[in-house]
Amino acid sequence: MNKQRSPFFNVDWIVVITFLVLCIIGWFNIHAAVYNPEKPSIFDLETNYGKQLLFIISALILGLVILLLDSKFFNTFSPVFYGITLLLLILVLIVGRNVGGNQAWIPIGSFRLQPSEFAKFSTCLLLARYLSSINIKVQDLRTQAVCAIILLIPMGLIMLQPDTGSALVFGSLIFVLYREGLSGYFLIIGAILIVLFVLSLLISKLYLLLGLVAICGLLIYNYKKNRAFITTVVYGFIISVIFIFCVDFAYKNILQSHQRNRIDVLLGIVEDLKGEGYNVNQSKIAIGSGGMWGRGYLQGTQTKYDFVPEQSTDFIFCTIGEEWGFAGSVVVIGLYLFLLLRIVNIAERQRSSFSRIYGYGVASIIFFHFFINIGMTIGLVPVIGIPLPFISYGGSSLWSFTILLFILLKLDSNRMGIV
Amino acid sequence: MNQFFARKFIIQGIFIAVSLILLTRIFYIQVISDKYLLSANNNVLRKILIYPARGIVLDRNENILVQNEPVYDLMVIPREVKPFDTLLFCQLVGIDKEGFDKRFKKARNYSPYKASVFEKQLSAQTYATFQEKLYQFTGFFVQNRTVRKYPDSTAAQFLGYIGEVSEKAIENSNGFYRQGDYIGISGVEKSYEELLRGQRGVQNLMVDALNRPKGHFADGKYDTLAVSGERLISSLDKGLQKLGEQLMNNKIGSVVAIEPSTGEILAFISSPGYDPNMMVGRERGNNYMELLNQPSKPMFIRPIQAEYPPGSIFKVINALVAQQFGLINPQSTFYCPGGYRYGRRGFMGCTHVHGSVDLAGSIEKSCNTYYGYTYNLMIDKSGMRPVNAFKRWREAVSNFGVGDRLGIDLPNERKGLLPSADLYTKRWGSDKWGSSFNISLSIGQGELGITPLQMANVMAIVANRGFYFKPHLIQAIGEKKVIKSEYTKRNDAGVDPKYFDVIVQGMSQVVNSPSGTAIYSKINGIEMCGKTGTVQNPHGEDHSVFVAFAPRDNPKIAIAVVVENAGFGSTWSAPIASLLVEKYLTGKISRPKAYVDRLLEANLLPGRAIVKPKPKFKPKTDSSNVANSTAIVLGIKTKSNKKNE
Repeated sequence: MNKQRSPFFNVDWIVVITFLVLCIIGWFNIHAAVYNPEKPSIFDLETNYGKQLLFIISALILGLVILLLDSKFFNTFSPVFYGITLLLLILVLIVGRNVGGNQAWIPIGSFRLQPSEFAKFSTCLLLARYLSSINIKVQDLRTQAVCAIILLIPMGLIMLQPDTGSALVFGSLIFVLYREGLSGYFLIIGAILIVLFVLSLLISKLYLLLGLVAICGLLIYNYKKNRAFITTVVYGFIISVIFIFCVDFAYKNILQSHQRNRIDVLLGIVEDLKGEGYNVNQSKIAIGSGGMWGRGYLQGTQTKYDFVPEQSTDFIFCTIGEEWGFAGSVVVIGLYLFLLLRIVNIAERQRSSFSRIYGYGVASIIFFHFFINIGMTIGLVPVIGIPLPFISYGGSSLWSFTILLFILLKLDSNRMGIV
Repeated sequence: MNQFFARKFIIQGIFIAVSLILLTRIFYIQVISDKYLLSANNNVLRKILIYPARGIVLDRNENILVQNEPVYDLMVIPREVKPFDTLLFCQLVGIDKEGFDKRFKKARNYSPYKASVFEKQLSAQTYATFQEKLYQFTGFFVQNRTVRKYPDSTAAQFLGYIGEVSEKAIENSNGFYRQGDYIGISGVEKSYEELLRGQRGVQNLMVDALNRPKGHFADGKYDTLAVSGERLISSLDKGLQKLGEQLMNNKIGSVVAIEPSTGEILAFISSPGYDPNMMVGRERGNNYMELLNQPSKPMFIRPIQAEYPPGSIFKVINALVAQQFGLINPQSTFYCPGGYRYGRRGFMGCTHVHGSVDLAGSIEKSCNTYYGYTYNLMIDKSGMRPVNAFKRWREAVSNFGVGDRLGIDLPNERKGLLPSADLYTKRWGSDKWGSSFNISLSIGQGELGITPLQMANVMAIVANRGFYFKPHLIQAIGEKKVIKSEYTKRNDAGVDPKYFDVIVQGMSQVVNSPSGTAIYSKINGIEMCGKTGTVQNPHGEDHSVFVAFAPRDNPKIAIAVVVENAGFGSTWSAPIASLLVEKYLTGKISRPKAYVDRLLEANLLPGRAIVKPKPKFKPKTDSSNVANSTAIVLGIKTKSNKKNE
């Protein structure tokens, strides 16, 4: 390794710039979302927009520090990170502060640390390290089991807070496993299960079962020579039926009422514009009122006058939609898509499988946030409280995404080295 | 690179697909559907209507007849209401718990977020006590607005009243009126609605999610100011009006006084009247129903809606028309043996045996015989077929403003009745009829209906010696004091001025000659010319009619007085008219107190038991009285004296 080289050698500046642009978009939109006419300056440190500027600067410093570290550090210490994270996740359940029903924050002075945010990159790192070990194949049941354990421990701890949204994020790492050789059936089965879940809530079980019988019957009739296939279909049918009844049971007995309501509202089973549906309805109104070109910076009435709750954090996309219109939405979504595709390309150009797997982890996590967050503001997915990466207000989330991304950049800048 | 490299594309494909799904959905929400934009404006914009003050109405000396008075509406925004002491609240507002629940439910059904009226028109006292405790009732507030106030409680039927606009009026107003707006429903309030209502202003306010005001939308670019309604100066003389109302107290009938040189109405009295303040405020609905159900029908605007056969006063018109036709002249004399014989066995009685009567004498003595002959001349001996002669006669009479609306600036004026030739042709089955078939028209009975306004207008024509201006009640509109052009146009009655002298002479004798029918009503120092009339009423006592103008030269006032069920014109109507004329011309009354008191205190109501309604008054008449008075009213409405003599 050439010691004369600058730590910034080989850094993917395109990603850095995209990152910066997203941060700045976030900063301006936070300004608009929580605009206080008495403190109009975007630099006013007493306001959330002023604070976000500090978060962005500190995030940049954090990124710089990561770039200065040795790239082996992350691989080597990944179990330590993971362990610390788990400790923090346990700690938060004991000493954490409960905000809005989630015990997710550890207060440190005036600052609040959100361990679930940091669990994302540490889990990613450990997963990458484990999967990149010699003689590990994802196709093995044992490997799958270990992966599942790596993912399920932080998930379970986060569920205890309870913060369903953050816990579900770990599910997105299935893309990583898929890339590393997990059978595509998992994705298909996953998709089928989602469809069955939605259908079992929307239509009566009798019709659903009759439909299933019909589909399976057709499949068996068509492939009647293929015994193995028929066996699969029969198993599939049985599992589906069990699943449908499980969904019913889980829906009625396990889901909390607000979660049940959110799903009901999303699926249009109930219309509740003043209760559970209020957020999404107001969010859609705000975005929809933006039209093609938007109302202009600081001109959004819906955001300015607090019609949309949590608009600087989870519903920040409303401000973008209202003030910048469809044009602004295209730019933001375009930036994310560009970043995601770029991250996948970066991952693929790594020599070390650790870096590649980690890169996919980064892409999966950012993708999940991006899709779920924007999807919920426009009523495509249930309201799950997770932030929009780099844009939503909040130090923990910005830092964790910065760490997540810059570790990848560090690994990438060192891709020519020997890991 | 390893064996699963191709999966990169699947994953990237999923990313792209999801991005496109998001964009499509966003495109639909933002660009295609306008539902969300509308909802957004609904969220933020509150259109506040600023109601202008309604125009005030003054009398001809600029005394106030109607003005505005602030009242307080209790408003509620149901969503903002926090738990409070309902019992105290109900006590303060003066409602019970049930009424509270009903009102609150209504408001919430209208909108939980928007303000709606909880209770209308709190009294000043209620408002004062409530205001102190208002802080305890989050979500309630008081909005002030103005209502009409009539300081002198006079001229109710002239001024009319306002009320909440009807569904139909809202539909017809091109979106001008909204639910709960007020509109003129009768009288001047209705006929000058467009001028009185003014222009509403609009404020576009923005509110936040908690309905807190956030300033004007677009810095008030789309806001407009309210413009007050126009000030109307009526031609009414308040003093004269009030005196007239007092004199007509406990009598059923009308007084209409006109300034002949302009057509301006000086007094417009419909009796029984009511206090116009009854039609304002929370009791309005109850008061209205009460007035409507009274047998003496105070809501019936007699000066323009009651149609009477004019009786003897019609002789004035016949005398003028016959002269214009060249059939009689001041020297024409007829012999009155106590009645006029017509046809084979027809006989129209006269009041007295008048002997030889000339034209002026026929007016003074009101000789029926004279007009029997005159009418006979006009219809049968004019050198044309009687039917055509009748048509010519009818045309000439209608020029006096009889038989059609005069076009006063009040709604619901009646036409009256002047029969056409066709009516008789139809009735007799052929057009070969003559004066003997409808001889009663000669003395103003039969198929005639004339409103008191039309009577007064005929007097204005005589006073002017041949022309009139359409009678009207508003002499000046707004700051510029304009008047509707139709009221400045001179209308000709079609009779040459020279034919009036003898009639005026006769009318002067009616009042001023010792043998005149209204000598009792002579005014010292003023030569009033008048004509008495008695309208036969098959339902009860005859109606007393008197028309007059004064002074004889350069007249300042023409007047018609009708007192129903009062007998002869000279007994009641003429004295009332003479007092009003004197008061108007000299500003005082010279007659002895006993003379005035007799008129003021006379109760000429049918059944003589009903007193003039006061607010909250409940008529305590027994059933026979009610039946009787109802019959009288019906008599008016159906043009009582249809019988053909």
